[in-house]
Amino acid sequence: MQGMICGFLGASPWELRAFGTMKFVLQINEGPYQHQASDTAYQFAKAALATGHEVMRVFFFHDGVNNGSRLTTPPQDDRNIVQRWSEMAQQHGVDLVLCIAAAQRRGVVDTDGKQRLEKDADNLAPGFRISGLGQLIEGIVLADRLMVFGD
Amino acid sequence: MEKKLLYLNRRAPYGGIYAQESLEVVLIGAAFDQDVSLLFIDDGVLQLKKGQDTTGVGMKNFSPTFGALEMYDVEKLYVSRESMAARAINERDLVVGVTVLNDAEIADLMDEQDAVLSF
Repeated sequence: MQGMICGFLGASPWELRAFGTMKFVLQINEGPYQHQASDTAYQFAKAALATGHEVMRVFFFHDGVNNGSRLTTPPQDDRNIVQRWSEMAQQHGVDLVLCIAAAQRRGVVDTDGKQRLEKDADNLAPGFRISGLGQLIEGIVLADRLMVFGD
Repeated sequence: MEKKLLYLNRRAPYGGIYAQESLEVVLIGAAFDQDVSLLFIDDGVLQLKKGQDTTGVGMKNFSPTFGALEMYDVEKLYVSRESMAARAINERDLVVGVTVLNDAEIADLMDEQDAVLSF
Protein backbone atom coordinates (compact mmCIF):
# COMPACT_ATOMS: atom_id res chain seq x y z
CA MET A 1 0.00 0.00 0.00
CA GLN A 2 2.94 2.27 -0.59
CA GLY A 3 2.03 5.76 -1.71
CA MET A 4 -1.43 5.61 -0.25
CA ILE A 5 -2.85 7.65 2.56
CA CYS A 6 -5.83 5.90 3.91
CA GLY A 7 -8.79 7.73 5.36
CA PHE A 8 -10.32 4.38 6.03
CA LEU A 9 -11.41 3.73 9.57
CA GLY A 10 -11.92 0.20 10.76
CA ALA A 11 -11.21 -2.92 8.74
CA SER A 12 -8.61 -3.35 6.04
CA PRO A 13 -10.08 -4.00 2.56
CA TRP A 14 -9.50 -7.75 2.65
CA GLU A 15 -11.58 -7.95 5.83
CA LEU A 16 -14.58 -6.26 4.25
CA ARG A 17 -16.59 -9.39 3.63
CA ALA A 18 -17.04 -9.85 7.34
CA PHE A 19 -18.90 -6.54 7.53
CA GLY A 20 -21.44 -7.28 4.81
CA THR A 21 -22.04 -4.83 2.00
CA MET A 22 -20.51 -1.41 2.33
CA LYS A 23 -20.98 1.83 0.50
CA PHE A 24 -17.72 3.59 -0.36
CA VAL A 25 -16.68 7.03 -1.48
CA LEU A 26 -13.16 7.31 -2.87
CA GLN A 27 -11.14 10.50 -3.03
CA ILE A 28 -8.15 10.66 -5.39
CA ASN A 29 -5.70 13.51 -4.90
CA GLU A 30 -2.99 12.76 -7.46
CA GLY A 31 -2.70 12.73 -11.23
CA PRO A 32 -2.38 9.59 -13.37
CA TYR A 33 1.05 7.98 -14.05
CA GLN A 34 2.89 10.52 -11.88
CA HIS A 35 1.66 8.81 -8.74
CA GLN A 36 0.30 5.45 -7.67
CA ALA A 37 -2.82 6.90 -6.02
CA SER A 38 -5.17 6.50 -8.98
CA ASP A 39 -3.92 2.94 -9.68
CA THR A 40 -4.36 1.90 -6.06
CA ALA A 41 -7.81 3.47 -5.92
CA TYR A 42 -8.80 1.68 -9.12
CA GLN A 43 -7.61 -1.68 -7.80
CA PHE A 44 -9.48 -1.05 -4.57
CA ALA A 45 -12.68 -0.09 -6.40
CA LYS A 46 -12.41 -3.14 -8.64
CA ALA A 47 -11.95 -5.46 -5.66
CA ALA A 48 -14.79 -3.82 -3.74
CA LEU A 49 -17.20 -4.15 -6.68
CA ALA A 50 -16.12 -7.75 -7.28
CA THR A 51 -16.98 -8.66 -3.69
CA GLY A 52 -20.43 -7.07 -3.83
CA HIS A 53 -19.72 -3.69 -2.28
CA GLU A 54 -20.90 -0.39 -3.64
CA VAL A 55 -18.58 2.33 -4.89
CA MET A 56 -21.07 5.17 -5.05
CA ARG A 57 -18.68 7.91 -6.05
CA VAL A 58 -15.06 8.63 -6.88
CA PHE A 59 -14.14 12.24 -6.26
CA PHE A 60 -11.07 13.62 -8.03
CA PHE A 61 -9.34 16.52 -6.32
CA HIS A 62 -6.04 18.44 -6.60
CA ASP A 63 -4.03 17.01 -9.56
CA GLY A 64 -6.39 14.03 -9.40
CA VAL A 65 -8.65 15.90 -11.84
CA ASN A 66 -6.13 15.03 -14.58
CA ASN A 67 -7.50 11.47 -14.38
CA GLY A 68 -10.51 12.84 -16.28
CA SER A 69 -8.78 14.15 -19.41
CA ARG A 70 -9.72 12.13 -22.48
CA LEU A 71 -6.67 13.52 -24.30
CA THR A 72 -4.46 11.28 -22.18
CA THR A 73 -2.54 8.96 -24.52
CA PRO A 74 -0.22 6.50 -22.78
CA PRO A 75 2.11 4.20 -24.76
CA GLN A 76 0.28 1.16 -26.09
CA ASP A 77 2.08 -1.28 -23.79
CA ASP A 78 1.00 0.62 -20.67
CA ARG A 79 -2.31 0.66 -18.82
CA ASN A 80 -4.82 3.33 -19.84
CA ILE A 81 -5.77 4.83 -16.49
CA VAL A 82 -8.39 7.26 -17.80
CA GLN A 83 -10.08 4.68 -19.99
CA ARG A 84 -10.13 2.17 -17.12
CA TRP A 85 -12.13 4.62 -15.01
CA SER A 86 -14.48 5.39 -17.91
CA GLU A 87 -15.16 1.67 -18.38
CA MET A 88 -15.81 1.20 -14.67
CA ALA A 89 -18.34 4.03 -14.78
CA GLN A 90 -20.05 2.49 -17.77
CA GLN A 91 -20.11 -1.06 -16.41
CA HIS A 92 -20.88 -0.41 -12.75
CA GLY A 93 -22.49 3.01 -12.68
CA VAL A 94 -19.72 4.45 -10.54
CA ASP A 95 -20.16 8.23 -10.31
CA LEU A 96 -16.86 9.87 -11.34
CA VAL A 97 -16.77 13.51 -10.23
CA LEU A 98 -14.07 16.11 -10.79
CA CYS A 99 -13.88 19.09 -8.46
CA ILE A 100 -14.79 22.09 -10.63
CA ALA A 101 -12.40 24.55 -8.95
CA ALA A 102 -9.50 22.10 -9.19
CA ALA A 103 -10.41 21.18 -12.80
CA GLN A 104 -10.63 24.78 -13.97
CA ARG A 105 -7.22 25.55 -12.46
CA ARG A 106 -5.70 22.64 -14.37
CA GLY A 107 -7.53 22.91 -17.67
CA VAL A 108 -9.97 20.03 -17.56
CA VAL A 109 -13.19 21.21 -19.19
CA ASP A 110 -16.54 19.67 -20.16
CA THR A 111 -18.77 20.90 -23.01
CA ASP A 112 -20.69 23.18 -20.67
CA GLY A 113 -17.47 24.67 -19.33
CA LYS A 114 -16.14 25.17 -22.84
CA GLN A 115 -19.06 27.50 -23.60
CA ARG A 116 -19.28 29.15 -20.19
CA LEU A 117 -15.54 29.83 -19.93
CA GLU A 118 -15.26 30.62 -23.64
CA LYS A 119 -12.58 28.02 -24.36
CA ASP A 120 -11.77 26.60 -27.78
CA ALA A 121 -11.94 22.97 -26.64
CA ASP A 122 -13.20 20.53 -24.06
CA ASN A 123 -11.43 17.39 -22.86
CA LEU A 124 -13.54 15.57 -20.27
CA ALA A 125 -13.43 11.78 -20.67
CA PRO A 126 -16.64 9.71 -20.98
CA GLY A 127 -18.25 8.70 -17.70
CA PHE A 128 -16.81 11.66 -15.78
CA ARG A 129 -18.64 14.79 -14.74
CA ILE A 130 -17.47 18.08 -13.26
CA SER A 131 -19.19 19.37 -10.15
CA GLY A 132 -18.58 21.04 -6.82
CA LEU A 133 -16.83 20.07 -3.62
CA GLY A 134 -20.26 19.58 -2.11
CA GLN A 135 -20.34 16.27 -3.97
CA LEU A 136 -17.44 15.05 -1.85
CA ILE A 137 -19.01 16.10 1.44
CA GLU A 138 -22.41 14.73 0.44
CA GLY A 139 -20.74 11.46 -0.51
CA ILE A 140 -19.01 11.24 2.86
CA VAL A 141 -22.31 11.86 4.63
CA LEU A 142 -24.12 9.16 2.63
CA ALA A 143 -21.37 6.53 2.48
CA ASP A 144 -20.22 4.08 5.12
CA ARG A 145 -16.56 4.79 4.46
CA LEU A 146 -14.35 7.40 2.84
CA MET A 147 -11.08 6.20 1.32
CA VAL A 148 -8.49 8.88 0.53
CA PHE A 149 -5.78 8.03 -2.00
CA GLY A 150 -2.94 10.52 -2.22
CA ASP A 151 0.56 11.48 -1.28
CA MET B 1 -27.14 12.55 9.68
CA GLU B 2 -24.33 14.55 11.18
CA LYS B 3 -20.89 13.03 10.91
CA LYS B 4 -17.60 13.88 12.55
CA LEU B 5 -15.14 15.00 9.87
CA LEU B 6 -11.48 15.71 10.51
CA TYR B 7 -9.42 17.69 8.03
CA LEU B 8 -5.81 16.64 8.46
CA ASN B 9 -3.43 19.34 7.26
CA ARG B 10 0.08 17.97 6.92
CA ARG B 11 1.88 20.26 4.49
CA ALA B 12 3.54 23.66 4.39
CA PRO B 13 1.35 26.35 2.80
CA TYR B 14 3.04 27.27 -0.49
CA GLY B 15 5.23 24.37 -1.63
CA GLY B 16 2.11 22.75 -3.12
CA ILE B 17 -1.56 23.57 -3.51
CA TYR B 18 -2.80 20.99 -0.99
CA ALA B 19 -3.18 23.48 1.87
CA GLN B 20 -5.08 26.05 -0.17
CA GLU B 21 -7.41 23.56 -1.81
CA SER B 22 -7.99 21.82 1.52
CA LEU B 23 -9.19 25.12 2.92
CA GLU B 24 -11.60 25.39 -0.02
CA VAL B 25 -13.10 22.02 0.97
CA VAL B 26 -13.51 23.21 4.55
CA LEU B 27 -15.33 26.37 3.44
CA ILE B 28 -17.65 24.58 0.99
CA GLY B 29 -18.16 21.69 3.40
CA ALA B 30 -19.28 24.07 6.15
CA ALA B 31 -22.61 24.44 4.33
CA PHE B 32 -23.33 20.78 5.12
CA ASP B 33 -23.55 21.34 8.90
CA GLN B 34 -21.28 18.48 9.87
CA ASP B 35 -19.21 18.22 13.05
CA VAL B 36 -15.92 19.54 11.64
CA SER B 37 -12.44 19.63 13.16
CA LEU B 38 -9.14 20.74 11.66
CA LEU B 39 -5.82 19.28 12.76
CA PHE B 40 -2.47 20.79 11.80
CA ILE B 41 0.44 18.42 12.02
CA ASP B 42 3.98 18.05 10.63
CA ASP B 43 4.73 20.95 8.23
CA GLY B 44 0.99 21.73 8.30
CA VAL B 45 1.54 23.81 11.44
CA LEU B 46 3.35 26.35 9.22
CA GLN B 47 0.03 27.15 7.52
CA LEU B 48 -1.06 28.97 10.67
CA LYS B 49 2.09 31.00 11.21
CA LYS B 50 1.68 34.75 11.61
CA GLY B 51 3.34 37.21 9.27
CA GLN B 52 3.15 35.26 6.02
CA ASP B 53 4.27 37.41 3.10
CA THR B 54 3.89 35.86 -0.34
CA THR B 55 4.77 38.87 -2.46
CA GLY B 56 8.17 37.39 -3.29
CA VAL B 57 6.75 34.14 -4.64
CA GLY B 58 3.77 35.72 -6.41
CA MET B 59 1.20 33.46 -4.72
CA LYS B 60 -1.97 34.29 -2.85
CA ASN B 61 -1.57 34.56 0.93
CA PHE B 62 -4.55 32.59 2.18
CA SER B 63 -3.63 32.60 5.88
CA PRO B 64 -6.18 35.37 6.74
CA THR B 65 -8.93 32.87 5.82
CA PHE B 66 -8.17 30.83 8.94
CA GLY B 67 -9.34 33.79 11.02
CA ALA B 68 -12.67 33.75 9.15
CA LEU B 69 -13.41 30.06 9.83
CA GLU B 70 -15.35 31.01 12.95
CA MET B 71 -17.97 32.71 10.72
CA TYR B 72 -18.46 29.33 9.05
CA ASP B 73 -19.00 27.67 12.44
CA VAL B 74 -15.67 25.90 12.09
CA GLU B 75 -14.29 26.39 15.56
CA LYS B 76 -12.37 23.25 16.45
CA LEU B 77 -8.79 23.87 15.43
CA TYR B 78 -6.11 21.54 16.78
CA VAL B 79 -2.35 21.72 16.47
CA SER B 80 0.27 19.10 17.23
CA ARG B 81 2.51 20.05 20.16
CA GLU B 82 5.34 17.88 18.85
CA SER B 83 5.14 19.36 15.34
CA MET B 84 5.24 22.91 16.73
CA ALA B 85 8.16 22.12 19.03
CA ALA B 86 10.16 20.57 16.18
CA ARG B 87 9.76 23.81 14.22
CA ALA B 88 10.35 26.19 17.16
CA ILE B 89 6.80 27.56 16.92
CA ASN B 90 4.48 28.27 19.81
CA GLU B 91 0.81 29.24 20.10
CA ARG B 92 1.61 32.96 20.12
CA ASP B 93 3.09 32.62 16.62
CA LEU B 94 -0.24 31.51 15.14
CA VAL B 95 -2.92 33.55 13.33
CA VAL B 96 -5.81 31.92 15.22
CA GLY B 97 -6.57 30.46 18.63
CA VAL B 98 -6.03 26.71 18.68
CA THR B 99 -6.10 23.75 21.02
CA VAL B 100 -2.69 22.14 21.35
CA LEU B 101 -2.66 18.34 21.51
CA ASN B 102 0.07 15.80 22.21
CA ASP B 103 0.41 12.65 20.11
CA ALA B 104 -1.77 10.52 22.38
CA GLU B 105 -4.56 13.11 22.30
CA ILE B 106 -4.25 13.29 18.50
CA ALA B 107 -4.70 9.53 18.31
CA ASP B 108 -7.89 9.85 20.40
CA LEU B 109 -9.15 12.70 18.19
CA MET B 110 -8.62 10.67 15.03
CA ASP B 111 -10.18 7.61 16.59
CA GLU B 112 -13.49 9.36 17.28
CA GLN B 113 -13.98 10.59 13.67
CA ASP B 114 -16.32 9.15 11.05
CA ALA B 115 -14.02 10.29 8.25
CA VAL B 116 -10.54 11.77 7.98
CA LEU B 117 -9.68 13.91 4.95
CA SER B 118 -5.93 13.97 4.59
CA PHE B 119 -4.24 16.82 2.75
